[in-house]
Amino acid sequence: MTAQTDAPLLRVRGLKTWFHTFGGVVKAVDGVSFDLSPGKILGIVGESGGGKSMVGFSIMGLVDRPGRIEAGEIIFDGRDLARLDDDAMQAVRGRQIAMIFQDPMTALNPLYTIGNQLEEMLTLHTDLGPQARRARCIEMLAEVGIPQPEARLGAYPHQFSGGMRQRVVIAIAMIAEPRLLIADEPTTALDVTIQAQLLRLMKAQVEQRRTALILITHDLAAVSQMADRIVVLYCGRVVEIGASAALIASPRHPYTRGLLDSIPASHQGRSRLPQIPGTVPDIRKLPPGCSFAPRCPRAAERCRAEVPELTAAAGGSAFACHFPLEASA
Amino acid sequence: MFGHLIKRFIQMIFVLWIVSVLVFVMMSFTGDPTFMMVPLDATDEQIEQARRILGLDQSHLVQYWRFLTNLLQGDFGRSFVFRQPALQLIMERLPATLEIVFLAMIMALVVAIPLGVYAGAYPQRAGSRALMAGSLIGISLPGFWLGMVLIFIFAVKLQMFPSSGRGPTEMIWGMRLSFLSWEGFRHLILPAVTLSVGTLAILMSIIRAEMMEVLRQDYIKFARAKGAANRFVLFKHGLKNALIPLITVFGLMLGDLIAFATLTETIFAWPGIGKLLVDSIYRGDRPVIVVYLMFVAFLFVVVNFLVDVAYALIDPRIKVS
Repeated sequence: MTAQTDAPLLRVRGLKTWFHTFGGVVKAVDGVSFDLSPGKILGIVGESGGGKSMVGFSIMGLVDRPGRIEAGEIIFDGRDLARLDDDAMQAVRGRQIAMIFQDPMTALNPLYTIGNQLEEMLTLHTDLGPQARRARCIEMLAEVGIPQPEARLGAYPHQFSGGMRQRVVIAIAMIAEPRLLIADEPTTALDVTIQAQLLRLMKAQVEQRRTALILITHDLAAVSQMADRIVVLYCGRVVEIGASAALIASPRHPYTRGLLDSIPASHQGRSRLPQIPGTVPDIRKLPPGCSFAPRCPRAAERCRAEVPELTAAAGGSAFACHFPLEASA
Repeated sequence: MFGHLIKRFIQMIFVLWIVSVLVFVMMSFTGDPTFMMVPLDATDEQIEQARRILGLDQSHLVQYWRFLTNLLQGDFGRSFVFRQPALQLIMERLPATLEIVFLAMIMALVVAIPLGVYAGAYPQRAGSRALMAGSLIGISLPGFWLGMVLIFIFAVKLQMFPSSGRGPTEMIWGMRLSFLSWEGFRHLILPAVTLSVGTLAILMSIIRAEMMEVLRQDYIKFARAKGAANRFVLFKHGLKNALIPLITVFGLMLGDLIAFATLTETIFAWPGIGKLLVDSIYRGDRPVIVVYLMFVAFLFVVVNFLVDVAYALIDPRIKVS
């Protein structure tokens, strides 16, 4: 990778998270590497089942059995999280690295008030007294745009709409001022009109505190407006990585091109929306060569035999393809 | 909430009325109590007279009406054997039963909750599998057998606990209670253990199943992502959610315990309402049986009513809707 202005906060190297199931080994994450500096936003993009969420859970140390981190390093602030035991990881979770989940309807415990669930973060990670905790909670709720925060502290999750709940989840994630925030499809379950609001809110929160953000999504359009760099995952492998403007303007991997083409554009008129043919293959029975070959318009004999290596290109980008698209401009 | 309570209250009354009909029908078709009342060598006139006094010469409808109006006035009849109001007999023996039932319930909960949470949180571990096997055995063990085995081991062989009877009691608020003195408490232990084993086993399996379900939820993973300790996640975020379905079962269990107490009391010669019932059935003491049945039905209905209230207390989603 090229030198970056800041020392990276997070360096992931050759991360492999595999699930040992009765049906065979599921390589959900299979050799993923990237860097992330403080205050930067990294987008992880790919279709469902592409292993995106598992990257997030691996960093959090929350991979459920039968999954486990098989190999690789997750260097966060000089420590390899992949080698920490659960007690040490517990001190990192919430305080150093926080996470936002996909579905705000189920991420909050239905039996406790949101004030209680917010305050829990402060009880776990700070020495603040009850008065100070309460004040901080009210402040935080106001910051994420919840009206009448003081009155809402005593409300239960079911009394909020989906968008408001996700604001609460963001407040919970940010209140202990983590240095890295992982947002796993944070707007997928929400109305389109709310999505943009929440993304802006997250961006503002992150910029204010110089928090690094990993934004995991299948929505390349959303991520292109937010992220500094983008990682495109397919079947657990990085197929392309690069600065987001360059990657959007001139994708080198046919899969990235396909994802970009499937975004509806208002100026396109009523023409049929292009789509990537076929579906994501069963990750337990990947084809021998490039996993994208069966769906790729450019695939040749070599693609079906030989796995393409990630090759570095100009501007700190890289792609894994035998027959890449031409770099335009 | 208030309207809901009113509705439940009306339901309670209705259920109790149905029970009164069933009890009456059962009693009317299971033999003639006249022969319990008259001497063996009674003449036909004497029998007729006894039937008239008991009101048995009238139609079933009239008899039921008298039965119901008496019930409503709190008159449950007098025991044929003890020549005392039947209700008074039940009430005198009730504290003894409640003592072993509550002690059994507490023992079951105190043991079942942590074990159930453990087995639900780590279903793969050998300890959890052993607990589930134990639970299966606990559910299957007949109480009378267990009671006799416990007497044999702890009373006869080890001589740690008395084998039967209630021991010394103390009067508190007009109730005779054993658990206040050590000697009395020692008498309580074996019957309560016998009674609690089945309940404990069932509660543990239910808590395990509920925990396994709850622990799959996103909010559990989110709580872990917050950096909370495992035990904290299990008990604060897991257990409370797992308890909601448990409360329903708890109501039914309490009823079960009172019913099973009949057997346990008989084995341990424990002078509670269960033993009174069995004795009354042997003696054909109809008024006492009637009071017992009505009383147990009443207890069931009240407990289920309280269960409903407890739901609203534990789950905020019910209070609002």
